[in-house]
Amino acid sequence: MGIIEAILLTVITAATPLVLASLGELVSERAGVLNLGVEGMMVMGAVLAFAVTQATGSPYIGVLAGIACGALFSLLFGFLTLTLVANQVATGLALTILGLGISGQIGEPYVGMSGIKLQPIAIPLLSDIPFFGPLFFKQDIIFYLSIALVFGVNWFLFRSRAGLKVRAIGDSHASAHALGIHVIRTRYLAVMFGGACAGLAGAQLSLVYTPQWVENMSAGRGWIALALVVFASWRPWRLLAGGYLFGAVSISQLHAQALGIGIPSQFLSALPYIATVVVLILISHNRRMTLINTPASLGKPFVPDR
Amino acid sequence: MKKIILALATSAAVLGFAAAASAQDKTKICFIYVGSKTDGGWTQAHDIGRQALQDHFGDKIETPFLENVPEGPDAERAIERMARSGCALVFTTSFGFMDATVKVAAKFPDVKFEHATGFKSAENVATYNARFYEGRYIQGLIAAKISEKGVAGYIASFPIPEVVMGINSFVHGAQSINPDFKVKVIWANTWFDPGKEADAAKALIDQGVDILTQHTDTTAPMQVASERGIKAFGQASDMIAAGPNTQLTAIVDTWGAYYIKRTQAVLDGTWKSEQVWDGLKDGILTMAPYTNMPDDVKKLAEEAEAKIRSGELHPFTGPIKKQDGSDWLADGAVSDDGTLLGMNFYIAGVDDQLPK
Repeated sequence: MGIIEAILLTVITAATPLVLASLGELVSERAGVLNLGVEGMMVMGAVLAFAVTQATGSPYIGVLAGIACGALFSLLFGFLTLTLVANQVATGLALTILGLGISGQIGEPYVGMSGIKLQPIAIPLLSDIPFFGPLFFKQDIIFYLSIALVFGVNWFLFRSRAGLKVRAIGDSHASAHALGIHVIRTRYLAVMFGGACAGLAGAQLSLVYTPQWVENMSAGRGWIALALVVFASWRPWRLLAGGYLFGAVSISQLHAQALGIGIPSQFLSALPYIATVVVLILISHNRRMTLINTPASLGKPFVPDR
Repeated sequence: MKKIILALATSAAVLGFAAAASAQDKTKICFIYVGSKTDGGWTQAHDIGRQALQDHFGDKIETPFLENVPEGPDAERAIERMARSGCALVFTTSFGFMDATVKVAAKFPDVKFEHATGFKSAENVATYNARFYEGRYIQGLIAAKISEKGVAGYIASFPIPEVVMGINSFVHGAQSINPDFKVKVIWANTWFDPGKEADAAKALIDQGVDILTQHTDTTAPMQVASERGIKAFGQASDMIAAGPNTQLTAIVDTWGAYYIKRTQAVLDGTWKSEQVWDGLKDGILTMAPYTNMPDDVKKLAEEAEAKIRSGELHPFTGPIKKQDGSDWLADGAVSDDGTLLGMNFYIAGVDDQLPK
């Protein structure tokens, strides 16, 4: 295995949870709901996926548990912000803190336990292609899912009727409501999709990335995912590119250090974030494009008239 | 109705008094943790020490603790809250709590404070630390014997003296066996991020190291090493579960004995501010069993450990030059503790640039 191939493999592992978590958040925000609880949902997905894998011996059931846990946990956010019309920012932050706390409690017996790794599935023929085969066609199910979901979400949002409704709600919930679209119901589904994706991202952390459970193991990835959504200006393809760019920068800085390139390591560690800021500046330079892409009713509560 | 409320109020008051009274019987020994007590590394080691302390004194003491206290201004509030709640002795268990501890201690002259791994003290602030570099020297010896390529990977956290000292000691130990031994260092700039630590481990292995050591807190690097079939050293806790066929040994922090000793001093009224820096001989750190290595290497490690314990061997014994070529220790000279505790330079032979 060449060094380039080895680096790219690591990049894929590092980028996948970011892509998944931010993709879920993208859908939620497209429907106009800002859920800052990504970190909490992710870490809940991670602990449940790990615990269920330990209990059943099957990481696949673990993955399902992670997804279900993320979706259920996001329902709590949905109930508070959509039904009780609580402030989305505050509720999202609370969800993160709650998730970190509860996951620590649930995970206590699992600390230090060696996990079961989700094994890669080689796709016949394709995985034999030199270089690209092992990279893209000999991966675990979560990687395949992440790519499929980017395709799927892109198609759904911009090519399907239901996706058009989601975007309509995100842009003006009052108008969408007047047109007879179920604003609250759709938002519930979008929030749950976001939760499920974050849960899946968490499962990737505790079953693929580092097959173990340690408290707070998401270590801020949920926040990066949130930034990626803005970075991608709410577009799935850009989000995929952004996730991989972020992964690539953070991995290559480690390699640069090991090679002994004389750049201060603090600067190298900050590189991924500097890259994010630069891209954000470039994007926001064009005000009109930003306005067109940003869901106009993002974060605003909606109370249907009865 | 009024009667019920009155009864409730009285019983509540009585309960309150009872609680207060029982609390006063017990001496409060408090702990501030930077991480969670189940982090599997640094903080867990301190919490095991706290439990040993509680078991030792039983009903005589209480050992409340605060977890996940971030370093910085929040730490000051947390420590002050502890001091105000009637603690007799407060252990602040992370380097980053240093300034906050000294600041709060000035406001509470009657409360005793002990700060781990720092270098600032006061009338009522003692410092305590373990000579982890002794363990790292032994790891260096083992690495030089085991590694076929003669290159080790070192996952470092932050460029503070504690970590720099560890790298120097490891390299010095390894080069005493194989003068051409190299070490590749990656600064993760975090104590705790399993994903990043695993990525760093992968990067090092991809670049050809065949032995790994870490100064970060999770078992992720051990797991990667195990997956890639190379050997590694554990950190802070025995990490053998994460790599039964991988771990050579680990530096295990065992704070319990120290906590018991200092609490006894508080109970006896003999507590004094000291700068304690204990080593292998005092049992504040121990080496996990030497595993996954040939018998002759194991013997070498055990002998070195015995010599360090007896004081016959000091890991930093000259001749040692600094990385820039200037002299540091003459032949046979031993480093003083002050230089080690403020170590901000690499010794000759370290193939990395120290971040400033």
